[in-house]
Amino acid sequence: MMHVAAAMLESVFRRARERGRAAFIPYVMAGDPDLATTAAIFDTLANAGVDAIEVGVPYGDPLADGPTIAAAGVRALHAGARMADVLRLVGQGRERAWPPIVLFTYYNPVYRFGIQRLAEDAAAAGVAGVIVPDVALEEGAELRGALIANAVEMPLLVAPSTTRDRASRIAAQATGFVYVVSRLGVTGAGTEPDFSPLASQIATMRALTDKALAVGFGVSKVEHVRAVAPLADGIIVGSALIDAYCGSVGGAAAERVRSFVEPLLLATQFETAIGIVRDVGRDG
Amino acid sequence: MRPDSRGYFGEFGGRFVPEVLVGALEELELAMDAAFADPAFWEEYEAILRDFVGRPSPLYAAQRYLAGISAAPLLLKREDLNHTGAHKINNTVGQGLLARRMGKRRIIAETGAGQHGVATATVGAKFGMTVDVYMGASDVERQALNVYIMNLLGARVHPVTGGTQTLKDATNEAFRQWAAHVEDTFYVIGSVVGAHPYPYMVREFQKVIGVEARSQCLARYGRLPSDVIACVGGGSNAMGIFAGFVADPSVRLWGVEAAGEGLDGTHTAASLGAGSVGVLHGSRSYLLQDADGQVSETHSISAGLDYPGVGPEHAYLKQTGRATYVAVTDAQALEAFFALARLEGLVPALESAHAIAFARELALERDSDDLIVVNLSGRGDKDIDQIRSAYPSRSAE
Repeated sequence: MMHVAAAMLESVFRRARERGRAAFIPYVMAGDPDLATTAAIFDTLANAGVDAIEVGVPYGDPLADGPTIAAAGVRALHAGARMADVLRLVGQGRERAWPPIVLFTYYNPVYRFGIQRLAEDAAAAGVAGVIVPDVALEEGAELRGALIANAVEMPLLVAPSTTRDRASRIAAQATGFVYVVSRLGVTGAGTEPDFSPLASQIATMRALTDKALAVGFGVSKVEHVRAVAPLADGIIVGSALIDAYCGSVGGAAAERVRSFVEPLLLATQFETAIGIVRDVGRDG
Repeated sequence: MRPDSRGYFGEFGGRFVPEVLVGALEELELAMDAAFADPAFWEEYEAILRDFVGRPSPLYAAQRYLAGISAAPLLLKREDLNHTGAHKINNTVGQGLLARRMGKRRIIAETGAGQHGVATATVGAKFGMTVDVYMGASDVERQALNVYIMNLLGARVHPVTGGTQTLKDATNEAFRQWAAHVEDTFYVIGSVVGAHPYPYMVREFQKVIGVEARSQCLARYGRLPSDVIACVGGGSNAMGIFAGFVADPSVRLWGVEAAGEGLDGTHTAASLGAGSVGVLHGSRSYLLQDADGQVSETHSISAGLDYPGVGPEHAYLKQTGRATYVAVTDAQALEAFFALARLEGLVPALESAHAIAFARELALERDSDDLIVVNLSGRGDKDIDQIRSAYPSRSAE
């Protein structure tokens, strides 16, 4: 069976690699402060040339998120953004030429929406992947099955506390990419991250899988992106981006996102040569 | 019963947590299994319950509360007499011992009214552990006395400003803090909620209530009770007393939830009575939520019952019909609170007052052959400020 979305996420990382870059994937909370602003931000991100967008679905009790994203979720909920609204927004992606979209949500809103319904509606909206951070390997079979049957991918997370054996099983089940959590704890800029253990974490993962590895949690500055870009296939920046547009609306918010994202996007370039710069065991 | 290998009681339970915590839960489960299989672990637990907590707690035959209403004997399991004033300490002693056995030197806890926070701080002081307690900012303000006691015991109390600033948000924050410090920190959950193995482990540490009550009943009356009643928020005092009787089919088990202002409105905390199936804080159970799966704000006069979820084993007991869940309003609980004080000389916690209120209703259908046991899960000192500001002249009547 041909997986259209599968090709979509894989090609994101392949294209970036061919250009000597790590894929840059900003995280935006849908509906914060309103859905029109989110759409304007997506347009801006598309023009800036980001490789994919991770779209937060607002949830009031996000256990994997720090204060910035939790507060953005609360603002979006107050503005009325729910799963169906997010899917409707994302559904405009084809005509507005937005990059591939990966939803970031939690199990309870998915469960109440309906697992089968989410898989079908996400596919219809052109969603490339769905990340559900509180569904670890053992609880994910039903959701994974429904998503894959609808050609929507389900990246899974590995943490610094994940054992090698478990990481291997996670990598085997992940589709699209493996989300490498760079530190213990939750999302958020907060204290200055220490990326020194990341190299060995990535090396371990490279030995276990040839799937793309995207790094997130705590990546907030140009120096961080520069440090991570040579190691990873993709870089996810969330809380810092929300901090950048928080408090503004519409075009003004989009403009702030543009000036925040541009230097980060430049910093993903770690190799000037065009072509495959790292052999990670994939066929080109 | 023990949940299945994935932590499920029937379809309820499980382990819905971020990947960063999975390893810690697996480590905890292994350590728990080893401790539970070690007689020395239970010997130490029992010795602490005896000498430090003051167990066994008495089973007291109330004299006047049901007078003129029913001839059914009413027995109160006096968890209010435990050190720190509630059943919570049974669990924190157990988890504290387990934390020490695992070599963890820092323990964290969530708390709503502050009872579990005080019980955790107490055990932390006793074992020489660093204690950090997460408490909703609005609860910190409302429960200033317990905050002071926790500080007195050497614990740090961290106000949580996110969300509704109550127990649900304090629990979210405790999970996040655990994720950030998972290598050296033990999370002492205060009820039969959370990801596997917490619901099972906490029930095993509270089971002493039911085991004692059962043997006290048999010793004194030569028969089992007809009914066992306990209030249910997260549900640890109820699971504790139910566990002693769940294998006795003749004993009816009653869980009493907080209806708040009524089950039909939005001002309630009755997850089983007014909620639907969902996932909160790591397990699948009943939950007060909206159609989109957003967790609802709750209301109860009793801070300890003011929680949108409920332990997964309660959901299972409801589904199988082994236990029956009812709800009592704020007003009914208050009435029982005053009545027990006047008629028995016992000031119950507002949580326990919910169970006391239902006992009066049930007693109308019971007679002298029956035997009603109510878990008096805590004493009411913590609620006095709240009651006094609402009813300043009550003592003069």
